[in-house]
Amino acid sequence: MSTVNRVKDILRSPARLYLVAGLALAALSLIQIWTGANDITSDGASGATLRFSIPLLMAGLGGLWSERAGVINIGLEGMMIVGTWMGAWFGFKSGPWVGMLAAAIGGIIAGLLHALLTVRIGIDQAVSGLAINLLAYGTTRFLSGVYFPPAGGDILTSPYVKPIALFTVPWLSPHLISLEHKHYFFISDLAGIIAGLITRTSWASLLLMMALPLTIWILWRTKFGLRVRFSGENPVASESLGVNVYRTRFIAIAVSGALAGLGGAYISVVSTGHYLENQTAGRGYIGLATVIFGNWKPMGVFAGAVLFGWTDALRIRQSDSVHATLLAVVAIAVIVALIKLYQKKFKVAIISLVCGSLVLFYFFAQKVVPDEFVTFFPNLTTIIVLAFLSQRLRPPAMAGAPYRKGEE
Amino acid sequence: MTQKKWFWALMAPLASVIFSIGLTSLILLLKGASPFGTFKVLWDFGSQGSNLVSEVNQTVAYYLAGVAAAIGFKMLLFNIGIDGQYRLAVFFAAVVGAQVHLPPVLHVLLIMTTAVVVGALWASIAGYLKVKRNISEVISNIMLNTIASGLITYLLQPTRLGYNLPGSNNSQTPPVPKSGWLPSFHIAGGNLYSYIFVAIAIGALYWVLLNRSVFGFNLRATGMSFRAARASGINAPRMIFITMAISGGIAGLTGIGEMMGNTHNYSLSFPNGYALTGLALALIGRSSPIGIAFAAFFWSFLEGAAPALDLYGVPVEIVTVMQAIIIISTVVSYELVKRINLLQQQRLVGAAAVESTTKEAVK
Repeated sequence: MSTVNRVKDILRSPARLYLVAGLALAALSLIQIWTGANDITSDGASGATLRFSIPLLMAGLGGLWSERAGVINIGLEGMMIVGTWMGAWFGFKSGPWVGMLAAAIGGIIAGLLHALLTVRIGIDQAVSGLAINLLAYGTTRFLSGVYFPPAGGDILTSPYVKPIALFTVPWLSPHLISLEHKHYFFISDLAGIIAGLITRTSWASLLLMMALPLTIWILWRTKFGLRVRFSGENPVASESLGVNVYRTRFIAIAVSGALAGLGGAYISVVSTGHYLENQTAGRGYIGLATVIFGNWKPMGVFAGAVLFGWTDALRIRQSDSVHATLLAVVAIAVIVALIKLYQKKFKVAIISLVCGSLVLFYFFAQKVVPDEFVTFFPNLTTIIVLAFLSQRLRPPAMAGAPYRKGEE
Repeated sequence: MTQKKWFWALMAPLASVIFSIGLTSLILLLKGASPFGTFKVLWDFGSQGSNLVSEVNQTVAYYLAGVAAAIGFKMLLFNIGIDGQYRLAVFFAAVVGAQVHLPPVLHVLLIMTTAVVVGALWASIAGYLKVKRNISEVISNIMLNTIASGLITYLLQPTRLGYNLPGSNNSQTPPVPKSGWLPSFHIAGGNLYSYIFVAIAIGALYWVLLNRSVFGFNLRATGMSFRAARASGINAPRMIFITMAISGGIAGLTGIGEMMGNTHNYSLSFPNGYALTGLALALIGRSSPIGIAFAAFFWSFLEGAAPALDLYGVPVEIVTVMQAIIIISTVVSYELVKRINLLQQQRLVGAAAVESTTKEAVK
């Protein structure tokens, strides 16, 4: 009994994150040995995952800030579009860092518009968000037509931005890569993943990653952060305790816009080096999805961004790897089924087992997972999470609800 | 009081159109183009006979999307899944339509029924999640839109349900035989789809359903007050589910006019973005069957006229900017009017209260 309790204690403590991560890595390692797909945890895949995850992380944190303050931000996509454009144009004009700054400012302006419409005037939050997306799309296209052709681009693409410098951690990086090529179980995979993060990494990645600890610190460790979360949980009560809900929400949505804008700029300035129309490709919406997937917590958003970024990276690099990871899905289904059996929830256990065997069947029946399915993997995951775990999710109580000072 | 309501209902959108024209003119001036010239080019090109006909065809599609959104609004549902619903519906309608050979009228009916059923089924996923799992329909529909796009691209591959024309890379579904076509009228050098009658019928049905049926009464009651509806015995979750399905069914009809009147197959040229347009039109037209029609025509006119701007040296996208400004300013002006009316009512009530107390004091 005591061992069971001890295991339960470990499972409840924050250490379970490491446990889960370790188990996942071990599982992936096994899968690579069985299937011979060796790109799942290579340094290249890990670096690509970082590059694909950061825009999602920024959008997700943006969504988190806004929803924690009580306003749903469907305009994230539009704010990212503004960021890609501003980043590319001002990056081309005055250097990449100025571009990043301009993107943040553009995002803040779009965020303030969303705040003005939803908080001050009080129109529906979804309407405002969608209108901002349309406005951002139209305005950037209009401005592309005006500014890009004379500068050497065309209506759909901007001229190239000077790249942001890369860094490689000396000594550690080459040693890790040589360790990775030895193909030891687990150790090589871990080495590959770490090597990917510290080899030829953009300084911008490092800088933007800081948004995660900063968000955690501000929202959960400062007075201002408490006010932000309070405004999202119970604006009436927080107003009565002297919090200026309108101002708090304005600031939170502005931060949300800045983060989304930076995420957009990362795509245009760092990932591709120039602006391409529609290059955000719905990442703002996937950002919203990471917020739900992550249960409105920063580390959860981070996990969602990494998971969705990783599938994106695998899809582009090697579709065999995606096929191999189906086995991981099967493993998860079996584990869930076992846990549910232990808890005597037979219905869920059976559903989980059936899903698992379907995936297993698909794994043997087909050689590849179609690209199209991988594209909507984040969206499907979110629907499944929402459908099966909605009782466990804890969104801010008043996110999305209209609030007028002095009414009700 | 009713007169005043009408006045505000017309003034608010008019004011926002004027506001957006003003703001757009400012943008044009900053760019160095003449606003007057730009709007004249838009008007001249948009009101040419054949362009007008294609604008009316587009109006029909937008109108159906608008009605689909409006039914949702009556229930406080924000059906942003219209995109996925309509594209899946056209896709499957085209696939089914190409597989069968039936007498003309039956064939057309089969295609339309398929579209309605597919749209309604896809929408009811979001409806189910909303009712049973209490998940915002906005989020689930956004996710479902992307899933629908992925499913369509997957099924449209030449090895599956689609095929490629020789020498082309664009996949499309096989053509629907002639018995599944809808006739067009040749007017002013253009082809006006007879599908316009379907849109009119749907508009009329929408009005009857809402104003002359028990279901419509329950719908409006639930939309106005969830608790009151529940207290009077309306099964509100069931109403939400059904409304979502109806909205999806009408959304399913959105692209059928283009498919049966013009392309006779499904390809990726069916555009995305009907959800946003439909919602915008329902907002601007205040969910009224007539209002949505005017708004839909205005929208299609702007878009139909836009290509002329390229020749005039103004980026076409100024029209998108203008549309976004119109959406924002209309919604804002409705909100302000609502606030003003509320204030006036409160003032009236206050005045009446003062009057009655003074009367009592005199007595």
